[in-house]
Amino acid sequence: MKLSDKAEEILEAMWIAIEENGKEFADIKEIGIDPEDQSYAELTGLGLIALKERRAYFIKEGKEEGRQTIRRHRLAERLLMDVLDIRGEEGDRRACQFEHLLKEGIDTKVCIMLNHPATCPHGKNIPQGECCSEARNSGNLGVLPLTELKANEEGEIAFIQTKDSNKMHKLMAMGVLPGNRILLLQNFPSYIFRIGYSEFAIDTDMAREIFVRQ
Amino acid sequence: MSLFRKNRSYHAGQSASVSAAKKVALVGNPNVGKSVLFNVLTGSYVTVSNYPGTSVEVTRGVSTIKGQPFEIIDTPGMYSLLPITEEERVARNILLKESPDVVIHVLDARNLERMLPMTIQLIEAGLPTILVVNIMDEAERIGISIDIPRLSARLGIPVIGAATTTKRGVSEIRRSIAEFDPRQQVNFNYTSKLENDLSEIASLLRGEYRLSHKAVALLLLQRDNEVAELVKRLEGSGYQDIAVKVKEKTFDRRESFHLDLSMERRAIVTDLIRDVFKAPDKRKVTFSEKLSRWTVRPLTGIPLLLIILYFGLYQFVGVFGAGTVVDFLEKKVFEGIFTPWITEVVKHLIPWETIQELFVGEYGIITLGIRYAVGIILPIVATFFLFFSILEDSGYFPRLALLVDRLFKRIGLSGRAVIPMVLGFGCDTMATMVTRTLETVRERIIATFLLALAIPCSAQLGVILALLSKEKGALFVWGGFMLLLFLSVGFLASKVMPGDRPIFYMELPPMRLPQWSNVLTKTYTRMQWYFIEILPLFILISILLWFGKITHLFEKMVEWFSPVMASLGLPKETAVAFIFGFFRRDYGAAGLFDLQTQGLLDARQLTVAAVTLTIFIPCVAQFLIMKKERGLKIALLIGVMVSCIAFGSGYLLNKLLMITEIL
Repeated sequence: MKLSDKAEEILEAMWIAIEENGKEFADIKEIGIDPEDQSYAELTGLGLIALKERRAYFIKEGKEEGRQTIRRHRLAERLLMDVLDIRGEEGDRRACQFEHLLKEGIDTKVCIMLNHPATCPHGKNIPQGECCSEARNSGNLGVLPLTELKANEEGEIAFIQTKDSNKMHKLMAMGVLPGNRILLLQNFPSYIFRIGYSEFAIDTDMAREIFVRQ
Repeated sequence: MSLFRKNRSYHAGQSASVSAAKKVALVGNPNVGKSVLFNVLTGSYVTVSNYPGTSVEVTRGVSTIKGQPFEIIDTPGMYSLLPITEEERVARNILLKESPDVVIHVLDARNLERMLPMTIQLIEAGLPTILVVNIMDEAERIGISIDIPRLSARLGIPVIGAATTTKRGVSEIRRSIAEFDPRQQVNFNYTSKLENDLSEIASLLRGEYRLSHKAVALLLLQRDNEVAELVKRLEGSGYQDIAVKVKEKTFDRRESFHLDLSMERRAIVTDLIRDVFKAPDKRKVTFSEKLSRWTVRPLTGIPLLLIILYFGLYQFVGVFGAGTVVDFLEKKVFEGIFTPWITEVVKHLIPWETIQELFVGEYGIITLGIRYAVGIILPIVATFFLFFSILEDSGYFPRLALLVDRLFKRIGLSGRAVIPMVLGFGCDTMATMVTRTLETVRERIIATFLLALAIPCSAQLGVILALLSKEKGALFVWGGFMLLLFLSVGFLASKVMPGDRPIFYMELPPMRLPQWSNVLTKTYTRMQWYFIEILPLFILISILLWFGKITHLFEKMVEWFSPVMASLGLPKETAVAFIFGFFRRDYGAAGLFDLQTQGLLDARQLTVAAVTLTIFIPCVAQFLIMKKERGLKIALLIGVMVSCIAFGSGYLLNKLLMITEIL
């Protein structure tokens, strides 16, 4: 369904008010879009919302459409922060522009790339997509930081994510290279892992930067 | 300064042949048995010295093979030709500047795959390389087999399978050194894109380097500043073009050059070890691995640590070293035999009483300086260094480091800092030098400060343990107070000092039984270093004290100090110990020992004096090293802070003990 950007924002605001804050309806004055704006007519015309005395209600597929728009918005936030490293107000502003692009399967691809995140950077839930439940049912955890492995679990190193080139050297000298098998032996008080026939100890900060595929 | 003088033990006649001797450098990762191979090759003529400008130890020795003399150099552990740590920089400098005639790369057979990339780098750099695949015995025990002749053919260099602890392969290594032919080299090719990039840079190089142009180009691409400086110096006007080209290529590959390079090297290694390295599907769990697990799990590791500390530090160093041996040397040897005899001799030889006093008086060079150094300090230091070397060679320290890392992060240090801290219980001066191995300036400053403040050296510790053990509770109060001070000051320092959180990473070498010959050599060289450093100071102090006594200056100083002593609730005679302590902390502690023997101190006074003296200004030698390592400003700042905290703590503790009447 093709909606205007403003119509999507109305759906988001409504979804937050109704689904997350538990109200029966969303007050048009609190939506943040001019009540006279034609995007309201766009939504009522498509049969997604109903307006009664300045109160907006979801009808039929409206709720599902709202859920998807909020999902795209929060995925966009995660993408901007985790991958593009755009944070704070700048990140919020850009996410609002970015979300409108995440349609027609792109949202699914972003979701898989980010390994099906459960929450946005502000800590709110991201509604699950089909890809998320598929991944859950298959039991495949995808790519995880080493900190998420349990003791005596093994995996293959997928990538190293660090900005510090010295740290990168150290990790590579230990044999932490994509494609190598890694066995986590212990995770407290430090992380101890084995690659080949050697054992190494690292702290949490370093373990967080090694990503492993199980 | 005597501290940094190389203790040459070559015989005078030998030095001429040494300079003409061919050089053999042993290189490789830490914990692959380089030192053992070194000891097997060289025998007894060994010198251990700090590499110029650093605190990294480099050991050199001589070996005669087929009638020819060779100088063998044992380099610090290195992981690759691109250095990150101080140790690696020193190791590479030996390769770059000392132009060894043969480079022996020692690696661990079990980790052939991980360590071969370094062999490739050495060959690619055009260095005359021999590969020693060491620890073959342990590898075979777990079912690994390695086809040595095939590996040698593929690498194009001599490869020897060895187990140096049992001398296996040593005669082959000696033969390979003597018959080394530097022409046999094989080329390893990276992907054509990287090869092109490298040859574009290499073709611009004109200078004579110790490394091949290809290797230099590769290091330039990895943005190695030291090599860039070298190229700048050697290429002169041509450097501009090279710099532009390197900048262009590094920008092209900015995404992941280091990673790509490692992946390419791994691909080369995978080809090299195909059908060469065979490992069993199931790995056997050896006893050393089980022991290793016990040491690193908090539930078993902490009790184990306490057991090690109790038996190693308390029973062996404290009770045996500082008790039994000191009693024997002090009472039997010195007081019983040596002192009366030497006093007679000196009185017979020198008629003037004042000069007699200089040698055998209350503060005589022999009766005080040498007696303290040999009778009290030496046995304690010797037992401590023996204990430390055994722990070091068994592979326990990295495990201790990971166990304390979380706690140490709270005081602004990484777990790695536990090694200088433990060494500090032996000699704070030596430990201050070792703080160089810590990665950030912030960590080094915090560690230096804590060493100066709260870590008593073994000599001091030994005397204090002996002093306080006679008073119930005193030892407990002293220990608790020092621990509290260490943690709280460390915590505050980490809050005040700017800088990043330290990172912690360490290889865990297999736990193994230490080799006695190795342990004894290490203990001996450390003791030698220590003794050369302290003996002149002890003699100097004795002379100063003698001078102070005959001019009555000393008595005046005691008078000046007595208000300070009074505020701590101590008799004015304690000032003597503090004046001693200014020169060496252990000397000061030994002074307290004398006071206690005379019955001048009660339990409270003893504890307060011991705490104040433990914290009080580090000895002269430690202060000089602090100045050298951290700069005058920081050294002075630390000195002032330590003195304030010392007397402040002493004052508070005295009041606290008086109010609570614990002691």
